[in-house]
Amino acid sequence: MKELLTQLNPAFDHRNRLGIMSVLAVNDWVEYNTLKELLNLTDGNLASHLKPLEANEYIIVRKQFVGRKPQTTYAATEAGKAAFKTHLDALEELLKISRDDD
Amino acid sequence: MSNNDQHLEHLAEIRALMERSTRFLSLSGLSGVWAGVCALVGVAAVYAYLEIPILAALGGSFYFDKAINTNKWGMDYKSVFVLIAILVLAAALAGGWFFTARKARLRGERVWDATSRRLLTALAIPLAAGGVFCLALLYRGYLSLLAPCTLIFYGLALVNGGKFTLRDVETLGILQIILGLLGVFYPGYGLEIWALGFGFLHIFYGLWMYYKYDTRRTVHG
Repeated sequence: MKELLTQLNPAFDHRNRLGIMSVLAVNDWVEYNTLKELLNLTDGNLASHLKPLEANEYIIVRKQFVGRKPQTTYAATEAGKAAFKTHLDALEELLKISRDDD
Repeated sequence: MSNNDQHLEHLAEIRALMERSTRFLSLSGLSGVWAGVCALVGVAAVYAYLEIPILAALGGSFYFDKAINTNKWGMDYKSVFVLIAILVLAAALAGGWFFTARKARLRGERVWDATSRRLLTALAIPLAAGGVFCLALLYRGYLSLLAPCTLIFYGLALVNGGKFTLRDVETLGILQIILGLLGVFYPGYGLEIWALGFGFLHIFYGLWMYYKYDTRRTVHG
């Protein structure tokens, strides 16, 4: 049980960060505005949750111009996807154990 | 225990987000019903043009044998087939768009986003290949293969697109492919099998999906 708890990644401790990783795990590149809509977040909120993920190198940012508009897109790195998977596995195991206890 | 509930909630949310961000879920069952109705009207038009009595369908109408000797309404069979096909397709697409856009509006989602673009691309490639292939069949006079081949290519498109929308679309595609292949073996029944696939299967599946997804979701807004 304790071992499992250490596998829960503090970087994914917040539901919004989990949400960002869920979307990026199954999509190649996702636009900032799409993320905002999917997660129902404000600009400030989304940016504050993207920053730590970026600092951990779990996600990468790409800024480019589409026509004249700047477009910011995000993708999960291999390390990010692996960490996310470990986190999910640990979550699932935890739930399984507690269900057996009931 | 509350920690547990939180974990459960997180997992459910993750699953929902993964699905919502990759699949176009606003596809309306009514779009399918409408497409089925259009297809049946199209078949009725072909029956009328070829003067096939409805009861003949039971023994297979052998539409291609009759088509070659038919010249009515001031048009040969090729023009009539292409005209009917275009009208059916246009009506089915227009209605399909209408019902799906309506459902998206009710769900508070956009019709035109990354998921719908992905779905349309997945559908378009097999459909475009099939469309050109079937035009070539018509042009070269392989009429008996026409109806089953449209079913096969349409089925392949649905299987391909099913990965980016409601899962039932994939099963519908497999059924269309099976019907198409049957049609190649029993070409005499080609038009009837076509009516079964594009017409009745669409209506049946559309209604089923409508009751499964649309009614429930719209209640919750």
